[in-house]
Amino acid sequence: MSVLKKIMTAVRGGAREVGELIVDANGTRIFEQEIKDAEIHLRKAKQDLTDVMARQMQAGRKVESLKKEISEHEGYAGQALEKGNEDLALEIAEKIAQLEADLMEQEEVHKSFSGHVVRLKELVKKTERQIKDYERQLAMVKTTESVQRASAAITDNFASSNSKILSARDSLERIKERQQNNFDRLAAAEELEAENSDKSLEERMKSAGIKGGGDKSANAVLDRIKAKR
Amino acid sequence: MNTEDLAMQLSNFEDLNGYQLDCQPIPGETDVLQITVGDFDELPSYVSVTDTQILCITYLFTEDEVKADSRTQLLEEMLELNIPMPLSSFSRIGDRYVIFGALAINSSIEDIGFEIITLTENAVEAITALEDYLE
Repeated sequence: MSVLKKIMTAVRGGAREVGELIVDANGTRIFEQEIKDAEIHLRKAKQDLTDVMARQMQAGRKVESLKKEISEHEGYAGQALEKGNEDLALEIAEKIAQLEADLMEQEEVHKSFSGHVVRLKELVKKTERQIKDYERQLAMVKTTESVQRASAAITDNFASSNSKILSARDSLERIKERQQNNFDRLAAAEELEAENSDKSLEERMKSAGIKGGGDKSANAVLDRIKAKR
Repeated sequence: MNTEDLAMQLSNFEDLNGYQLDCQPIPGETDVLQITVGDFDELPSYVSVTDTQILCITYLFTEDEVKADSRTQLLEEMLELNIPMPLSSFSRIGDRYVIFGALAINSSIEDIGFEIITLTENAVEAITALEDYLE
Protein backbone atom coordinates (compact mmCIF):
# COMPACT_ATOMS: atom_id res chain seq x y z
CA MET A 1 0.00 0.00 0.00
CA SER A 2 1.32 3.46 -0.79
CA VAL A 3 2.45 5.62 2.11
CA LEU A 4 0.01 8.34 1.13
CA LYS A 5 -2.87 5.87 1.26
CA LYS A 6 -1.72 4.67 4.70
CA ILE A 7 -1.56 8.28 5.91
CA MET A 8 -5.09 8.80 4.60
CA THR A 9 -6.39 5.79 6.48
CA ALA A 10 -4.59 6.77 9.68
CA VAL A 11 -5.80 10.38 9.57
CA ARG A 12 -9.39 9.26 8.82
CA GLY A 13 -9.15 6.98 11.83
CA GLY A 14 -8.17 9.96 13.96
CA ALA A 15 -4.70 8.65 14.82
CA ARG A 16 -2.49 11.13 16.59
CA GLU A 17 0.78 9.26 16.13
CA VAL A 18 0.67 8.59 12.41
CA GLY A 19 4.31 7.48 12.27
CA GLU A 20 3.69 4.55 14.61
CA LEU A 21 0.62 3.50 12.74
CA ILE A 22 2.15 3.61 9.33
CA VAL A 23 5.69 2.45 9.62
CA ASP A 24 6.09 0.34 12.68
CA ALA A 25 5.60 0.25 16.43
CA ASN A 26 8.98 1.96 16.61
CA GLY A 27 7.72 4.88 14.57
CA THR A 28 9.98 6.31 11.95
CA ARG A 29 13.20 4.92 13.43
CA ILE A 30 13.11 1.65 11.50
CA PHE A 31 12.53 3.60 8.34
CA GLU A 32 15.48 5.84 9.08
CA GLN A 33 17.61 2.74 9.74
CA GLU A 34 16.63 1.33 6.36
CA ILE A 35 17.77 4.52 4.71
CA LYS A 36 21.09 4.38 6.56
CA ASP A 37 21.62 0.74 5.48
CA ALA A 38 20.86 1.62 1.90
CA GLU A 39 23.35 4.49 2.09
CA ILE A 40 26.04 2.08 3.34
CA HIS A 41 25.29 -0.24 0.39
CA LEU A 42 25.53 2.69 -1.95
CA ARG A 43 28.92 3.76 -0.62
CA LYS A 44 30.24 0.20 -0.98
CA ALA A 45 28.89 -0.11 -4.52
CA LYS A 46 30.51 3.20 -5.48
CA GLN A 47 33.86 2.08 -4.06
CA ASP A 48 33.61 -1.18 -6.02
CA LEU A 49 32.70 0.76 -9.11
CA THR A 50 35.75 3.05 -8.99
CA ASP A 51 37.95 0.03 -8.36
CA VAL A 52 36.56 -1.90 -11.31
CA MET A 53 36.66 1.16 -13.57
CA ALA A 54 40.36 1.61 -12.76
CA ARG A 55 41.02 -2.04 -13.72
CA GLN A 56 38.98 -1.62 -16.87
CA MET A 57 41.16 1.32 -17.88
CA GLN A 58 44.33 -0.64 -17.13
CA ALA A 59 43.16 -3.52 -19.29
CA GLY A 60 42.24 -1.03 -22.03
CA ARG A 61 45.73 0.46 -21.95
CA LYS A 62 47.28 -3.03 -22.14
CA VAL A 63 45.15 -3.88 -25.17
CA GLU A 64 46.31 -0.71 -26.93
CA SER A 65 49.97 -1.27 -26.17
CA LEU A 66 49.77 -4.91 -27.34
CA LYS A 67 48.16 -3.85 -30.60
CA LYS A 68 50.91 -1.32 -31.13
CA GLU A 69 53.59 -3.89 -30.37
CA ILE A 70 52.02 -6.37 -32.82
CA SER A 71 51.96 -3.86 -35.66
CA GLU A 72 55.57 -2.89 -34.89
CA HIS A 73 56.68 -6.49 -35.01
CA GLU A 74 54.79 -7.06 -38.24
CA GLY A 75 56.92 -4.26 -39.67
CA TYR A 76 60.11 -5.89 -38.36
CA ALA A 77 59.12 -9.25 -39.87
CA GLY A 78 58.53 -7.57 -43.24
CA GLN A 79 61.95 -5.94 -43.08
CA ALA A 80 63.57 -9.31 -42.23
CA LEU A 81 61.85 -10.91 -45.24
CA GLU A 82 63.03 -8.08 -47.49
CA LYS A 83 66.58 -8.76 -46.37
CA GLY A 84 66.08 -12.49 -47.13
CA ASN A 85 66.47 -13.43 -43.47
CA GLU A 86 63.76 -16.10 -43.32
CA ASP A 87 64.90 -17.47 -39.94
CA LEU A 88 64.73 -14.11 -38.21
CA ALA A 89 61.34 -13.46 -39.81
CA LEU A 90 60.05 -16.74 -38.42
CA GLU A 91 61.34 -15.85 -34.94
CA ILE A 92 59.59 -12.48 -35.14
CA ALA A 93 56.42 -14.24 -36.34
CA GLU A 94 56.55 -16.47 -33.27
CA LYS A 95 56.82 -13.39 -31.09
CA ILE A 96 53.81 -11.91 -32.90
CA ALA A 97 51.82 -15.09 -32.30
CA GLN A 98 52.66 -14.81 -28.58
CA LEU A 99 51.62 -11.15 -28.53
CA GLU A 100 48.35 -11.99 -30.27
CA ALA A 101 47.61 -14.63 -27.66
CA ASP A 102 48.26 -11.99 -24.94
CA LEU A 103 46.04 -9.53 -26.77
CA MET A 104 43.16 -11.98 -26.91
CA GLU A 105 43.53 -12.62 -23.21
CA GLN A 106 43.61 -8.88 -22.35
CA GLU A 107 40.61 -8.19 -24.56
CA GLU A 108 38.68 -10.84 -22.63
CA VAL A 109 39.71 -9.22 -19.34
CA HIS A 110 38.71 -5.79 -20.62
CA LYS A 111 35.33 -7.08 -21.77
CA SER A 112 34.63 -8.72 -18.44
CA PHE A 113 35.52 -5.53 -16.53
CA SER A 114 33.32 -3.47 -18.85
CA GLY A 115 30.41 -5.78 -18.15
CA HIS A 116 31.08 -5.48 -14.44
CA VAL A 117 31.11 -1.67 -14.66
CA VAL A 118 27.71 -1.64 -16.38
CA ARG A 119 26.23 -3.90 -13.69
CA LEU A 120 27.68 -1.83 -10.83
CA LYS A 121 26.46 1.43 -12.36
CA GLU A 122 22.97 -0.05 -12.55
CA LEU A 123 23.21 -1.13 -8.92
CA VAL A 124 24.32 2.36 -7.85
CA LYS A 125 21.46 3.97 -9.75
CA LYS A 126 18.94 1.53 -8.31
CA THR A 127 20.18 2.08 -4.76
CA GLU A 128 20.10 5.86 -5.20
CA ARG A 129 16.53 5.66 -6.47
CA GLN A 130 15.56 3.49 -3.54
CA ILE A 131 17.08 5.92 -1.02
CA LYS A 132 15.26 8.84 -2.65
CA ASP A 133 12.05 6.86 -2.48
CA TYR A 134 12.54 6.01 1.20
CA GLU A 135 13.36 9.62 1.98
CA ARG A 136 10.28 10.86 0.15
CA GLN A 137 8.06 8.44 2.06
CA LEU A 138 9.71 9.32 5.35
CA ALA A 139 9.22 13.03 4.64
CA MET A 140 5.49 12.41 4.09
CA VAL A 141 5.11 10.58 7.38
CA LYS A 142 7.19 13.11 9.30
CA THR A 143 5.34 16.07 7.80
CA THR A 144 1.99 14.54 8.72
CA GLU A 145 3.22 14.00 12.26
CA SER A 146 4.62 17.49 12.47
CA VAL A 147 1.40 19.08 11.25
CA GLN A 148 -0.60 17.06 13.77
CA ARG A 149 1.68 18.10 16.62
CA ALA A 150 1.70 21.72 15.49
CA SER A 151 -2.07 21.89 15.25
CA ALA A 152 -2.38 20.27 18.69
CA ALA A 153 -0.03 22.94 20.08
CA ILE A 154 -2.01 25.70 18.39
CA THR A 155 -5.33 24.39 19.71
CA ASP A 156 -3.90 24.01 23.24
CA ASN A 157 -2.53 27.53 23.03
CA PHE A 158 -5.91 28.93 22.07
CA ALA A 159 -7.54 27.03 24.91
CA SER A 160 -5.01 28.19 27.52
CA SER A 161 -4.90 31.84 26.44
CA ASN A 162 -8.72 32.00 26.42
CA SER A 163 -8.53 33.81 23.11
CA LYS A 164 -11.54 33.19 21.00
CA ILE A 165 -11.11 31.88 17.50
CA LEU A 166 -13.13 34.17 15.29
CA SER A 167 -15.27 32.72 12.57
CA ALA A 168 -14.06 33.44 9.05
CA ARG A 169 -16.97 35.81 8.45
CA ASP A 170 -16.25 37.78 11.64
CA SER A 171 -12.57 37.97 10.77
CA LEU A 172 -13.37 39.21 7.30
CA GLU A 173 -15.84 41.77 8.71
CA ARG A 174 -13.23 43.15 11.08
CA ILE A 175 -10.56 43.26 8.39
CA LYS A 176 -12.88 45.04 5.96
CA GLU A 177 -13.91 47.53 8.63
CA ARG A 178 -10.30 48.29 9.45
CA GLN A 179 -9.40 48.63 5.82
CA GLN A 180 -12.33 51.05 5.35
CA ASN A 181 -11.15 53.01 8.40
CA ASN A 182 -7.65 53.21 7.04
CA PHE A 183 -9.01 54.26 3.70
CA ASP A 184 -11.19 56.98 5.31
CA ARG A 185 -8.29 58.23 7.37
CA LEU A 186 -6.13 58.41 4.30
CA ALA A 187 -8.84 60.31 2.42
CA ALA A 188 -9.26 62.75 5.32
CA ALA A 189 -5.54 63.31 5.48
CA GLU A 190 -5.49 64.02 1.76
CA GLU A 191 -8.30 66.53 2.09
CA LEU A 192 -6.52 68.30 4.92
CA GLU A 193 -3.33 68.35 2.91
CA ALA A 194 -5.20 69.89 -0.01
CA GLU A 195 -6.71 72.61 2.21
CA ASN A 196 -3.33 73.45 3.64
CA SER A 197 -1.82 73.82 0.24
CA ASP A 198 -4.74 76.09 -0.81
CA LYS A 199 -4.15 78.31 2.21
CA SER A 200 -0.48 78.60 1.61
CA LEU A 201 -1.11 79.54 -2.00
CA GLU A 202 -3.36 82.37 -0.86
CA GLU A 203 -0.75 83.59 1.59
CA ARG A 204 1.94 83.55 -1.04
CA MET A 205 -0.29 85.51 -3.42
CA LYS A 206 -1.00 88.08 -0.73
CA SER A 207 2.64 88.60 0.14
CA ALA A 208 3.38 89.02 -3.55
CA GLY A 209 0.69 91.79 -3.64
CA ILE A 210 -1.37 89.89 -6.17
CA LYS A 211 -4.42 89.44 -3.99
CA GLY A 212 -5.78 92.09 -1.65
CA GLY A 213 -4.90 91.87 2.01
CA GLY A 214 -7.10 92.84 5.03
CA ASP A 215 -5.67 96.42 5.38
CA LYS A 216 -6.29 97.26 1.82
CA SER A 217 -9.93 96.26 1.91
CA ALA A 218 -10.49 98.29 5.18
CA ASN A 219 -9.12 101.34 3.44
CA ALA A 220 -11.39 100.68 0.52
CA VAL A 221 -14.43 100.49 2.81
CA LEU A 222 -13.48 103.77 4.53
CA ASP A 223 -13.00 105.44 1.13
CA ARG A 224 -16.42 104.21 0.13
CA ILE A 225 -18.06 105.66 3.30
CA LYS A 226 -16.25 108.95 2.86
CA ALA A 227 -17.43 109.20 -0.70
CA LYS A 228 -21.07 108.75 0.37
CA ARG A 229 -20.98 111.66 2.79
CA MET B 1 17.04 26.76 10.86
CA ASN B 2 15.03 26.55 14.09
CA THR B 3 11.98 28.60 14.93
CA GLU B 4 13.77 30.94 17.37
CA ASP B 5 16.26 32.04 14.72
CA LEU B 6 13.40 32.43 12.30
CA ALA B 7 11.41 34.59 14.74
CA MET B 8 14.37 36.85 15.40
CA GLN B 9 15.24 37.33 11.75
CA LEU B 10 11.65 37.90 10.67
CA SER B 11 11.00 40.45 13.43
CA ASN B 12 14.11 42.32 12.36
CA PHE B 13 12.63 43.16 9.02
CA GLU B 14 11.79 46.83 9.39
CA ASP B 15 9.59 46.92 6.38
CA LEU B 16 8.76 43.88 4.29
CA ASN B 17 6.47 44.90 1.43
CA GLY B 18 5.12 47.61 3.72
CA TYR B 19 4.30 45.12 6.48
CA GLN B 20 5.77 44.48 9.89
CA LEU B 21 5.79 40.83 11.00
CA ASP B 22 5.04 39.98 14.60
CA CYS B 23 6.35 36.60 15.77
CA GLN B 24 5.37 34.67 18.85
CA PRO B 25 6.56 31.18 19.70
CA ILE B 26 3.90 28.70 20.77
CA PRO B 27 4.92 26.15 23.35
CA GLY B 28 4.31 22.48 22.61
CA GLU B 29 5.80 19.20 21.45
CA THR B 30 6.79 20.78 18.14
CA ASP B 31 8.13 24.32 17.78
CA VAL B 32 5.49 26.47 16.20
CA LEU B 33 5.73 30.17 15.47
CA GLN B 34 2.63 32.36 15.35
CA ILE B 35 3.16 35.21 12.94
CA THR B 36 0.82 38.11 12.27
CA VAL B 37 1.32 40.27 9.23
CA GLY B 38 0.75 43.99 9.76
CA ASP B 39 -2.59 44.47 11.50
CA PHE B 40 -4.17 41.26 10.20
CA ASP B 41 -4.50 40.01 13.80
CA GLU B 42 -7.50 37.87 12.88
CA LEU B 43 -5.55 35.66 10.48
CA PRO B 44 -2.25 34.65 12.02
CA SER B 45 0.06 32.24 10.17
CA TYR B 46 1.64 29.29 11.93
CA VAL B 47 5.11 28.26 10.88
CA SER B 48 6.76 24.95 11.71
CA VAL B 49 10.05 23.54 10.50
CA THR B 50 10.54 19.85 9.63
CA ASP B 51 13.59 17.97 8.29
CA THR B 52 12.66 18.70 4.72
CA GLN B 53 10.48 21.81 4.61
CA ILE B 54 9.16 24.94 6.24
CA LEU B 55 5.40 24.82 6.55
CA CYS B 56 3.32 27.98 6.81
CA ILE B 57 -0.36 27.47 7.66
CA THR B 58 -3.26 29.89 8.10
CA TYR B 59 -6.60 28.69 9.44
CA LEU B 60 -9.57 29.79 7.35
CA PHE B 61 -12.75 28.27 8.79
CA THR B 62 -14.04 25.20 10.56
CA GLU B 63 -16.37 22.51 9.27
CA ASP B 64 -19.13 24.03 11.48
CA GLU B 65 -18.99 27.28 9.55
CA VAL B 66 -19.62 25.60 6.20
CA LYS B 67 -23.20 25.80 4.92
CA ALA B 68 -24.23 22.16 4.73
CA ASP B 69 -26.30 22.46 1.55
CA SER B 70 -23.50 23.96 -0.54
CA ARG B 71 -20.57 22.09 0.96
CA THR B 72 -19.76 20.12 -2.23
CA GLN B 73 -19.77 23.33 -4.27
CA LEU B 74 -17.41 24.92 -1.75
CA LEU B 75 -15.01 21.97 -2.00
CA GLU B 76 -15.08 22.06 -5.80
CA GLU B 77 -14.49 25.81 -5.73
CA MET B 78 -11.49 25.37 -3.46
CA LEU B 79 -10.07 22.61 -5.65
CA GLU B 80 -10.33 24.83 -8.71
CA LEU B 81 -8.89 27.89 -6.97
CA ASN B 82 -5.82 25.95 -5.84
CA ILE B 83 -3.79 26.60 -8.97
CA PRO B 84 -4.73 30.24 -9.65
CA MET B 85 -3.89 31.19 -6.07
CA PRO B 86 -0.21 32.18 -6.07
CA LEU B 87 2.14 30.18 -3.80
CA SER B 88 -0.58 28.88 -1.48
CA SER B 89 -2.88 25.85 -1.49
CA PHE B 90 -6.01 24.79 0.37
CA SER B 91 -6.03 21.90 2.76
CA ARG B 92 -7.79 20.62 5.84
CA ILE B 93 -6.38 19.67 9.22
CA GLY B 94 -8.89 17.85 11.39
CA ASP B 95 -12.11 19.86 11.07
CA ARG B 96 -10.39 23.07 10.04
CA TYR B 97 -9.89 24.29 6.52
CA VAL B 98 -6.53 25.93 6.01
CA ILE B 99 -4.44 27.66 3.42
CA PHE B 100 -0.77 26.76 3.40
CA GLY B 101 2.53 27.16 1.68
CA ALA B 102 5.58 24.91 1.92
CA LEU B 103 9.12 26.11 1.41
CA ALA B 104 12.41 24.26 0.98
CA ILE B 105 14.39 24.06 4.19
CA ASN B 106 17.19 26.21 2.74
CA SER B 107 14.95 29.12 1.68
CA SER B 108 16.21 32.63 2.37
CA ILE B 109 14.67 34.68 5.16
CA GLU B 110 13.26 37.09 2.56
CA ASP B 111 11.54 34.20 0.78
CA ILE B 112 10.00 33.04 4.04
CA GLY B 113 8.83 36.57 4.86
CA PHE B 114 7.22 37.04 1.45
CA GLU B 115 5.63 33.60 1.67
CA ILE B 116 3.92 34.51 4.95
CA ILE B 117 2.73 37.87 3.60
CA THR B 118 1.38 36.23 0.45
CA LEU B 119 -0.29 33.57 2.58
CA THR B 120 -2.08 36.20 4.68
CA GLU B 121 -3.16 38.18 1.64
CA ASN B 122 -4.36 35.00 -0.03
CA ALA B 123 -6.28 34.04 3.13
CA VAL B 124 -8.22 37.33 3.07
CA GLU B 125 -8.78 36.90 -0.65
CA ALA B 126 -9.96 33.29 -0.21
CA ILE B 127 -12.42 34.01 2.59
CA THR B 128 -13.82 36.90 0.56
CA ALA B 129 -14.26 34.60 -2.44
CA LEU B 130 -15.83 31.78 -0.43
CA GLU B 131 -17.92 33.94 1.91
CA ASP B 132 -21.21 32.86 0.33
CA TYR B 133 -20.61 29.24 1.32
CA LEU B 134 -20.11 30.10 4.99
CA GLU B 135 -22.65 30.51 7.79
